Amino acid sequence: MLARRHLLSAVFLAALVAAFAPALAVPALAQDKSIVVSSTTSTQDSGLFGHILPMFKAKTGIDVKVVAQGTGQALDTGKRGDADVVFVHAKSQEEKFVADGAGVKRHPVMYNDLVLIGPKADPAGIKGKNIDDALKAIQANNASFISRGDRSGTHSAEINLWKAVGVDIAKDKGPWYKEIGQGMGAALNTAGASGAYVLADRGTWISFKNKGDLDILVEGDNKLFNQYGVILVNSEKHPSVKKELGQSFIDWLVSAEGQKAIADYKIEGQQLFFPNASVPGA
Amino acid sequence: MLEPASALQLVLSGDPGLFAIVRLSLLVSLSAVLCAALIGVPAGAALALTRFPGRDAVVVILNAMMGLPPVVVGLAIYLLLSRSGPLGSFGLLFTPQAMIIAQTLLVAPIIAALARQTIEDLSAEYRDELTAMDVGPFAKVATLIWDGRFSLITALLAGFGRAAAEVGAVIIVGGNIEGFTRTMTTAIALETSKGDLPMAIGLGVILMGIVILVNALAWATRRTGERYGAA
Amino acid sequence: MMRAPSDELPIRFENVSFAVRDVRAIADLEWAIGGTGTTVLLGPNGAGKTTLLRLAMGLIRPTSGRVSWGGRENVPPTRRAFLFQRPAMLRRSAAGNIHYALAAAGLPRAERNTRATTLLTQVGLEGFGERPARQLSGGEQQRLALARALARDPAVLFLDEPTASLDPASTKSIEDIIRGIAARGVRVVMSTHDLGQARRLADDIVLMHRGRTAETGKAGTFFDAPSTLEARRFLNGDLLI
Repeated sequence: MLARRHLLSAVFLAALVAAFAPALAVPALAQDKSIVVSSTTSTQDSGLFGHILPMFKAKTGIDVKVVAQGTGQALDTGKRGDADVVFVHAKSQEEKFVADGAGVKRHPVMYNDLVLIGPKADPAGIKGKNIDDALKAIQANNASFISRGDRSGTHSAEINLWKAVGVDIAKDKGPWYKEIGQGMGAALNTAGASGAYVLADRGTWISFKNKGDLDILVEGDNKLFNQYGVILVNSEKHPSVKKELGQSFIDWLVSAEGQKAIADYKIEGQQLFFPNASVPGA
Repeated sequence: MLEPASALQLVLSGDPGLFAIVRLSLLVSLSAVLCAALIGVPAGAALALTRFPGRDAVVVILNAMMGLPPVVVGLAIYLLLSRSGPLGSFGLLFTPQAMIIAQTLLVAPIIAALARQTIEDLSAEYRDELTAMDVGPFAKVATLIWDGRFSLITALLAGFGRAAAEVGAVIIVGGNIEGFTRTMTTAIALETSKGDLPMAIGLGVILMGIVILVNALAWATRRTGERYGAA
Repeated sequence: MMRAPSDELPIRFENVSFAVRDVRAIADLEWAIGGTGTTVLLGPNGAGKTTLLRLAMGLIRPTSGRVSWGGRENVPPTRRAFLFQRPAMLRRSAAGNIHYALAAAGLPRAERNTRATTLLTQVGLEGFGERPARQLSGGEQQRLALARALARDPAVLFLDEPTASLDPASTKSIEDIIRGIAARGVRVVMSTHDLGQARRLADDIVLMHRGRTAETGKAGTFFDAPSTLEARRFLNGDLLI
């Protein structure tokens, strides 16, 4: 019986060792050919990366590790040197990022558009209006509105849209305006659960699985244009940046092959992102 | 729409990356528990068996640290490991190692606090006998740890539960990178944000199943210990 | 099996006091334990019996005065052993408990199995070796603790109320073992509440009262012709306050 007890202890120990042995294998992974790209929740949640990254890897052998954050946080991650490439959508912030010397050069890649989502019942009666009239109606009716509130590209686009209709949202917001400080999906979940309006990027909306009672109410307005840019983090500031590998990812994104891969990504037959790397000033 | 049973099927049959996610979750959390045990058990034993001015304050702080917010720990480790931080040159941010470090910091206080309680109680019971047997200080500590092993395993389990369930720290320091630092909990957060609630629930069910399985194993160990009078 | 007489005897108390905060459990005590045989400490609760035993074992240090073993202070309990009133059972098998004590006493590993079997037999626990110690009955636990104490091959054995919570059958088996131990030359010092037990086992009696020795002497003299008022009242069944 003494032997049996020792046997049990031995089995228990063996199980522990077996569980922990893989820990030794982890450091090997870190030495693979890979780059870290800090990007936005919209590109990740829409599934675009899942579509294009395998093609890039097949061609170059480079693993792209995507950390999906709001645009503000994604740029900050790049500024700290924790990413090799940033891939975001807030042109003015991107230009400041380069001007500050945190990034090397901004390359336009593609655009998608923003859509104004709301409950099918549409309590503020905005369906079919242009974005300016729609936002005015939401404010006039004190209709519930969910804001990302997370310094993301979509969030800064939203603030600019309010500004365009003469609303300084930081000052003029009431109880109807709720900042949740989370990603696109969380904002859509919250809007759906509370019958509120919300500004979303079309890509995340199309691939979003919990649409419930929500629908697109305003779309197609020129002001809802949402441009994506990609920037290599400045290796003079952060020598750890993998300059060559990061540049080859950027080169591929703006190449004919990369642009086609972006255009080819469709959900339910709809194209989500429209490549425009060659359009001047994009 | 929310049928966990069908969601479970979906998860089990559909997702090829699921095995990698489950494996990484276990790897990170179990490694963190092992590291935390190597720190926490000796620390708890030392605190249990020594008396010094301010000891009560240390005990209170240690007990309070069992409730450290994961996000705060995550942020602190993020700032430490960032390329711009003091330990940036190791390049550990957004790696499984960073996640293990963060979870070790979360779990170590739990193991240390529970180990202190276990060893202090056992020491009160054994002190006279061990003194009468003229047992030296190191042998005394070894005896208390060995005889308290089943209670200590419960402490490790509490730590594992905490590590396996938390999302705040690993998502900040790991970055939720697909195929590299994506765990069960960060995947659940991601699927929720994509509005794919059935997938999120399915992953949640699997996570619960794993936690229950680990607890069942530990329970069986404890029962075996009781049968042999060791608990 | 028995080794040479220990150099830890005699144990001498010189003007010993022991106090917790201001309460003196032992007061200005002069006493010596030497020679052979069984000494029984008698007295009401709180008289200081347990404290006296713990001082003699070296588990606690006197607040003032001096306790010495063979003329020296701070002597590790190499040949002393203690049976506590409620012994703690290590979370191991019965044999595991004895093995632990044998290892602590420094017995080579190769000799432990044989010795453990002998000790288990000596306390009537043969065949109980693999049983979990904490699942034994109260009487069995007490006998196991006794075997564990004997594992130190003591020259002097202290027992604090060894049968306080046991039934008569268990009490008898413990008393038989104690008698056997004393017969083999181990100096036995024990406390008890049980006057009958004192009559059955004692060669010498120490009556404790309020932290002092009220009367000491041969058992026969103590029971037949007590010389102090306290002893007469105690034997008479009066409460000593």
